[in-house]
Amino acid sequence: MNLRHIERSTWIYIAFALLLFIVPFLFTGRSMLFMIMQVFIFGIFAMSYDLLLGYTGIISFGHAMFFGIGAYSAAIVMDLNDSTLLSLAAGVLVAVIIAAIVSFIAGILTLRLKSHFYAMLTLALAGLFLVAAEKWTSLTGGGEGFTFRLPEFLRDSGTMYMICLISLVVFFFGLRRFTKSPLGKVLVAIRENENRTESLGFQVLHYKVIVSVIAGVIASFAGVLYVLSLRFIDTSVFAVDVTLDALLMTIIGGVGTLIGPLIGAGLVEFAHHWLSDLADVHWIFERWIILYGIVYILAVIFFPLGIAGTIQSKFSNRVTKGLFKK
Amino acid sequence: MSNLLELQQVEAYIQQYHILHDISFEVPKGEVTVLLGRNGAGKTTTLRTIMGLNQASGGSIIYNDKEIGQLKTHSIAQNGIGYVPEDQGIFDNLTVGENLKVAMKKEDEETTTRMEWVLGLFPDLQKFWKKPGGQLSGGQKQMLAIARAYVNENELLLIDEPSKGLAPIIVEKVMESIQQMKEQTTILLVEQNFLMASKIGDRFYIIDDGQTIHNGQMDELKNDKALMKKYLGIA
Repeated sequence: MNLRHIERSTWIYIAFALLLFIVPFLFTGRSMLFMIMQVFIFGIFAMSYDLLLGYTGIISFGHAMFFGIGAYSAAIVMDLNDSTLLSLAAGVLVAVIIAAIVSFIAGILTLRLKSHFYAMLTLALAGLFLVAAEKWTSLTGGGEGFTFRLPEFLRDSGTMYMICLISLVVFFFGLRRFTKSPLGKVLVAIRENENRTESLGFQVLHYKVIVSVIAGVIASFAGVLYVLSLRFIDTSVFAVDVTLDALLMTIIGGVGTLIGPLIGAGLVEFAHHWLSDLADVHWIFERWIILYGIVYILAVIFFPLGIAGTIQSKFSNRVTKGLFKK
Repeated sequence: MSNLLELQQVEAYIQQYHILHDISFEVPKGEVTVLLGRNGAGKTTTLRTIMGLNQASGGSIIYNDKEIGQLKTHSIAQNGIGYVPEDQGIFDNLTVGENLKVAMKKEDEETTTRMEWVLGLFPDLQKFWKKPGGQLSGGQKQMLAIARAYVNENELLLIDEPSKGLAPIIVEKVMESIQQMKEQTTILLVEQNFLMASKIGDRFYIIDDGQTIHNGQMDELKNDKALMKKYLGIA
């Protein structure tokens, strides 16, 4: 590989990633590390959502379902077995397989139709998984959830931080490469003009299903990391709020940019934390979701491209038309 | 000369509206066949129906001796039919280069040679290679749309109103490019600009109210003022 051919933005991302690797040596506080880990995890989750919405124009109202599938699969497998690396690997494998099957079925059933059918089906399925998690108490612990033990090496917050960071770096650069590949360009073509893409000879449904499966699997992996960071699981992982968070992170950060959802994840997670701390000052900060709503409306009106999208459009010739067409 | 495409009594609806009532025509190999007619006659719908973007509700569409009326759009394209729609269908957020590359079905030596030939035909595309499609002028978009259909070895090109909304000087350029393509590909052209159509067309069909009502060699039409006035409103 010729280093001169690597884009300048790639060097910036690599430098930033290297900086993040030294964070545990700068901040020793567990709560700060935990919060940064949450940013990484939700960053991965939001990137998977961006692949659907930003790159392919598919709207999902139930993306939390895949996050929850990942979280529950890992937690249940770890709970039922010894806390070893092998059971963790089995948990990840189960998560990935279930997420791939569910996303494939949801995709093949609805993606041949207009995009709102996929949105509604994923919403309904997420509701179904939520009810199942609440009612199947022998396996899931019901609404109260359950705790489980982690393998010894994962109990150290520094190690967990590194695992989350490495996952983020791998998914970010992997997805970046994917979106810049010919396949990624076909996805953008589908988002912009489905009929035209079809008449160039592409079977659009196949591409949409592939993206649905990739996004579902990545979201489930984010769910696995989430549950490992908490060592506890309850039904909140299937809640609509989780999907709305991903949507908000993607919109604020910038749809169709990959880096945008990471910025969005950082903003939303830190805002959530700081606004909750301000609850003593005024009751409105307890209802931080109201503030999110206002931020969301303002972002859509004044920054439809989000933070990263707006910056990119200043430095490149990115066209705004078409990104919000669906 | 054998026919590459043949439509027999094709009917089509758009929602509840019966748009095509009885479309029948033949496109001989190696020729430019022009569909003429007033606005709303059904010319664009005919092309969309051939491409499978509208489903034909009756009749048959035979391409290369094979019925394609019930095939999906992507299969029709894979069978060697290229389509340049009226709205050009440029992907705004892809660069000129990406717009062309995304259309390439293979990346062999032959396709590369075709790409070079196309870029020679439209030097502006080479110049604006890294510019997003959405930032091109109307004429450049039209050139890109035609070039995109031509980077693959399509046996038949369906081109819908390539001169629409373009300045006369650009129309000349587009026409020149179609003239050059004519030597290698069969073309079915929908065109309102009769001057342009008459220069590049070999034969014509007139469509009125969703039916083919007249046809012949283009030279005959050029000399039949009464027919031109009756169906095309040209004095």
